[in-house]
Amino acid sequence: MISHLVILWTDALIFLLLVLALAFGIYASRKPHLRRPWGLVVRSRVGVGTLVVLVFYLIVGLLDSIHFHPLSETSDAAGKASRSSEVISLFDSMVSGLRARQEKTYSAPLATHLYAKESIELADGSTIRDFPRLEHGGSHLSDPGQKPADLVRLSAIGILKGLAVSMVAANCLIILLAVAARSNFGNQAKAVLTASTEIPWRVVLVVLSIMLVLIFWSAELASGYHLLGTDKVGEDVLYQALKSIRTGLVIGTLTTLVMLPAAIMLGIMAGYFRGWVDDVIQYIYTTLNSIPGVLLIAAAILMLQIYMSNHAEEFNSLVERADLRLLFLCIILGVTSWTGLCRLLRGESMKLREVDYVQAATAFGVGHLQIIGRHILPNVLHIVLIAVVLDFSGLVLAEAVLSYVNIGVDPSMNSWGNMINSARLEMAREPIVWWSLAAAMIFMFTLVLSANLFSDVVRDAFDPRLHSSR
Amino acid sequence: MMAYIARRILYAIPILIGVNVLTFLLFFVLNSPDDMARMNLGQKRVTPEAVENWKQERGYHLPLLYNASVQGAARLTDTIFFQKSVKLFQFEFGSSDSGRDIGYDISQRMWPSLAIAVPVLLVGLLVNISYALLIAFFRATYIDFWSVVLCVVMMSISGLFYIIGGQYLVSKLLHLVPISGYDTGFNSIKFLILPAIIGVIGGIGSGTRWYRTLFLEEINKDYVRTARAKGLSERAVLFGHVLKNALIPILTGVVVVLPLLFMGSLITESFFGIPGLGSYTIDAINSQDFAIVRSMVFLGSVLYILGLLLTDISYTLVDPRVRLS
Amino acid sequence: MGEMLLKIKNLKTRLGDADNPVYAVDGVDIEVRRGEIFALLGESGCGKSMTALSAMRLLPPSGCIVEGEAFLEQTSLLDLPEREMRRVRGGSMGMIFQEPMTSLNAVITIGDQIGEAVRLHDPDNRENVSRRVIELLRSVGIPDPERRTLEYPHQLSGGMKQRVMIAIALAGKPRLLIADEPTTALDVTIQAQVLSLLKELQRRTGMAVLLITHDLGVVSEVADRVAVMYAGQIIELAESRTFFRQPLHPYSRKLFRSLPSLSKRGQELAVIEGSVPRLNQCFNRCRFLERCDQAQDICAQQEPGWSETAMGGGVRCHLFSALPGPLTRPEKVLMEKQQEIQKPAGSLLEVEGLRVHFPIHKGLLKRIVGHVRAVDDLSLSIARGRTLALVGESGCGKTTAGKGILQLIRPTAGSVRFDGEELTNLPAGKLRSRRADMQIIFQDPVASMNPRMLVGEIILEGMQAQRIGANRVQRQARVKDLLDQVGLPADAAERYPNEFSGGQRQRICIARALAVDPRFIVCDEPTSALDVSVQAQVLNLLKELQQQRDLSYLFITHNISVVSYLAHEVAVMYLGRIVERGSVEEVLQAPRHPYTQALLSAVPEIDRLQQRSVIRLEGDMPSPANPPRGCHFHPRCNQAIDRCRSDYPKPVRLSPTRSVSCFRVDQG
Repeated sequence: MISHLVILWTDALIFLLLVLALAFGIYASRKPHLRRPWGLVVRSRVGVGTLVVLVFYLIVGLLDSIHFHPLSETSDAAGKASRSSEVISLFDSMVSGLRARQEKTYSAPLATHLYAKESIELADGSTIRDFPRLEHGGSHLSDPGQKPADLVRLSAIGILKGLAVSMVAANCLIILLAVAARSNFGNQAKAVLTASTEIPWRVVLVVLSIMLVLIFWSAELASGYHLLGTDKVGEDVLYQALKSIRTGLVIGTLTTLVMLPAAIMLGIMAGYFRGWVDDVIQYIYTTLNSIPGVLLIAAAILMLQIYMSNHAEEFNSLVERADLRLLFLCIILGVTSWTGLCRLLRGESMKLREVDYVQAATAFGVGHLQIIGRHILPNVLHIVLIAVVLDFSGLVLAEAVLSYVNIGVDPSMNSWGNMINSARLEMAREPIVWWSLAAAMIFMFTLVLSANLFSDVVRDAFDPRLHSSR
Repeated sequence: MMAYIARRILYAIPILIGVNVLTFLLFFVLNSPDDMARMNLGQKRVTPEAVENWKQERGYHLPLLYNASVQGAARLTDTIFFQKSVKLFQFEFGSSDSGRDIGYDISQRMWPSLAIAVPVLLVGLLVNISYALLIAFFRATYIDFWSVVLCVVMMSISGLFYIIGGQYLVSKLLHLVPISGYDTGFNSIKFLILPAIIGVIGGIGSGTRWYRTLFLEEINKDYVRTARAKGLSERAVLFGHVLKNALIPILTGVVVVLPLLFMGSLITESFFGIPGLGSYTIDAINSQDFAIVRSMVFLGSVLYILGLLLTDISYTLVDPRVRLS
Repeated sequence: MGEMLLKIKNLKTRLGDADNPVYAVDGVDIEVRRGEIFALLGESGCGKSMTALSAMRLLPPSGCIVEGEAFLEQTSLLDLPEREMRRVRGGSMGMIFQEPMTSLNAVITIGDQIGEAVRLHDPDNRENVSRRVIELLRSVGIPDPERRTLEYPHQLSGGMKQRVMIAIALAGKPRLLIADEPTTALDVTIQAQVLSLLKELQRRTGMAVLLITHDLGVVSEVADRVAVMYAGQIIELAESRTFFRQPLHPYSRKLFRSLPSLSKRGQELAVIEGSVPRLNQCFNRCRFLERCDQAQDICAQQEPGWSETAMGGGVRCHLFSALPGPLTRPEKVLMEKQQEIQKPAGSLLEVEGLRVHFPIHKGLLKRIVGHVRAVDDLSLSIARGRTLALVGESGCGKTTAGKGILQLIRPTAGSVRFDGEELTNLPAGKLRSRRADMQIIFQDPVASMNPRMLVGEIILEGMQAQRIGANRVQRQARVKDLLDQVGLPADAAERYPNEFSGGQRQRICIARALAVDPRFIVCDEPTSALDVSVQAQVLNLLKELQQQRDLSYLFITHNISVVSYLAHEVAVMYLGRIVERGSVEEVLQAPRHPYTQALLSAVPEIDRLQQRSVIRLEGDMPSPANPPRGCHFHPRCNQAIDRCRSDYPKPVRLSPTRSVSCFRVDQG
């Protein structure tokens, strides 16, 4: 199936980020001062619950980040399968059904008919104005009246499948735990179910089951219907919302990845060396900060648009072009958002350079670079981590606003912002088309809420100063 | 004090120069005026004459930095840099790409922006502080817990949803106020009330949570224990001691955004059709009017720096420990 | 015997939640009588503050009272509704805290903060609050009270703030004042002021004082009765005089023997091994068992009960009730006197005219408008294997002087010659390689080690930087050696600093300094953050190392008893300059400079047999940015003459080792 990999810029960076995160995880597991707070995170019920949800989002995002040219259906004369110029992702091919089942235009969730009346030519040659049947949604039904019964049947199958899979998952987990703890299955199961394990596995299982049931239920329904309806050009809204996950994740994570090196380096340098270095760095970030963020982004994106439209020949495909714009958006968002972290790190480094152990290192004749690497950086790492986690949800929300103002991601790219943007006109229609908006909102809200709750847990674990206030 | 302010204003100059150079690079060096012209005139079949014409009309035909074709000082002043960027320092914004006087537009559109931003700020402040105080009073109880949950939920909802949902519910279903539009004088109230309420609601989540943290941080300090040891009631401790200290970061945080209120809110104004600077900016972005975007960037920086200055001054007014030097 | 005022019975206070309880106070009985000063003595973490906070019902959110009773006269404090309790707090019971800097509200004027208490608790004076506030300020000895009422806390010095705290507590005319380490954060001379104020107020108003402290000297100075607290329990109760004459509990006795003093010079200080047990466990043995050198079998089998003594006191020890003998048996003979080697050796470090000034920037272009003269014309010399103590109050520039000598802060002027080599103009690279000879040990054992590094890495750092040891294996072996020398197990290298107690950490810091084989170490208050019993371990170690390795110390401290125990020579610093220097015997026994005299007289003595008179210093140390004209000390000096106001006195040599900068000495 996978014939020719296409590595987009953001794909590469996402996997680079994944590698970095894994490396950091290994590093952290060796350092008790990092392992302990993470221990607190996974011991918190909110922490693990939201983590499960985030993992589902992450999986979709990662699957959607492996791109390739698919083999086209038709074979050429030589019998060789030819490659199409289209670029799709692994995720696309997994939900190819959703992608392929295009309708003509709007249809409501689970509908069997279009949302607008059309002139239909009847068999006898006369035409009437009515809601035509959908090409795909509910097309397996001979009579639309069977729909309620069919929905119940599909739901039941889906829920049962979901429950079955989560039972299997639960049993696997308990067996693994039992092996790790050298106890037997029964005791371990009891411990998990009575929530007496150190890590709240029960919460993990409950959230996991809910997610699995939801997924199987919607998969079952989506196989016969458009679960969340279709949009103006008849594309499945569920598919759009799912595709938007990657965009949101990319914006939320790559932006911080882009800004981190600058923020860390400049912040520590300013605080540690003081003097003119500090003056220069402060000047840079005050200047950048003084330009209102939205306007800087707007200006940069406008310029990018001009560049792209004047150099259209440099881009192989629409996908690549949209991807480059996404990357550029991350960079420019990073430029507007590194100053806060930089200032925090500057203040912290300024305090640290006066701390006794740094003085002791100086008294040993240790060089500046080593002092920064050995004493300053490890002691500000938790601030960096908190900043990264806290920034994530803000960036996801920002994407929606920017796309709404047309300075966000490329209009051809699936994103919640673009979905909301189009919903603005749909809301003005009579009767209104609400499902695009609702779908985007639900998907975005779930992600942002999980991220917010998760970041709260992370911050409390890493910043004990706030602990006592609880 | 005066010397301090004078020094801060002097410090602002290199920053504004930096902003100016940055925008100049972004708007004229990265993409040539020719590119802008082609973009504006439409991509296909643009004649060189049309491009030249477009540039001439808007003053983009001059050289960027140095004009060799004229004499004397004009060699430097008859350039895009001088005409378009340096003049911003005199708040001469020039005319927009569509030919309107930007300075006049700004002075007109500033008021609707303020009419919406000021009530949102003041009411929002009042609501958030009261709610946060309430939470702090009931700290470590279920009220605290569920309030925080509510705040997190509210801040996880996109601001766009509040606007769209509010418009749909209040204007479309209940027909209480018009969906969008603007009027002068008292008639504007019916147009302003919904966006103002939505602005306040949208800010409750993050605002209240932030203030709660500030209050709780103060509550754990030693002087609060002293106040309790005096025999003060919990309410007196909260209002007489904690609030006074926590108001310092709250107020200075507000002061820094005060000047930026002039810039208006992009999203709210464009959704509700309020002719403020926010929707002005959006329109400019959508119609790719670079002159306006450039002017707004500069104006925004000036206001931001003004905000920083006001913050420092306000510190000395509310915090007896701080003296300007 | 006065009647009972505060009675606490079997108080148990828990910190943390029910799953993870820490019993900070575990069955405490205290009785404070009317009009007495009752001291609650104990090391950090023994639960003494929690006892007081429980009585005030001011526990932190994580704490709760599990069991017990507390009566203020007839009122049961723990049963009062919160509304009534508020009337007691600040009314009949006032409280002051350790940190006057943070205990006052920074954004409210002094007058308002006191007035608030007056309004609440003094109904007669509600009409004229401001007059009462001024009266209160005057009664706690604040000069110019009318002006002070309008000032904010940051405009006052630490001692003044503590006086304001006392004024707040006095506003309700309390019958009991709880003072929680009221002088710990203050300098000795200020401490003397505050203690005498407390004592005077107690005499004048007849209120009782519950004084919480860790300082035996403070107890001896002011207390009528004393209770010793250890690990959440009272282990000994006695009249103050009896207690100081004959402490009963093995812990109390050891505490006395671990105090450094002149008379113990040349002896090793007694050490209480180990540390206070954690309070999150159930005890069915004596809590002092592991650290007691007289422990019997029974001590390990059951918790000792309370035994009353003849004088109305009591002690919690098996040896008292079951075996009265051992307590009176002669204590083990202390270590034999180590020979004090008389040193003829030449000087290792010569400092002359050292100045460290920090510029003050001001104005439009950040012009330099003045200097903070942290160290101003400092000269001293230290011989091989000797210890020079640099004594002074906080803010006098002694730490800056230490760092200036080590070139951690580059001095503004002057010369520092180490072993004949001038350091001040050494280029950075050369200096770096010279650093192995000179090391520093810091005050705060928490801040002086990077919490992210293993102890082994911390000790290795200096060796790597100075390229000591040929390879990794050699260096590792050396780390083990060093740990052994400072009395820590070899596996300590694989652990992180936060797993060690304060005393152990300080020993690791010593090991780290020793790793590069220094000849000279600046000890910057290395024991002031430690409890007495732990301090003794560190002092012993430092002394032993000096003898083994012929080390020279510059010992920066404000603790006179440590000086008298450890140092060979003393230099007294005031506002950036040395005012008197000489051998320990000379300076401590016959101080000549008025400041030294005042400083020494302010140190509380444990031995109350000889009555001493405290020379009270008025006011506070001036700012080093703006020192007074003439002799820096003259505004506070009670012997000042006209000349002191115009000229700074040159040092007068009184003996080969001794010089004093004072005109009065000059005159004879």
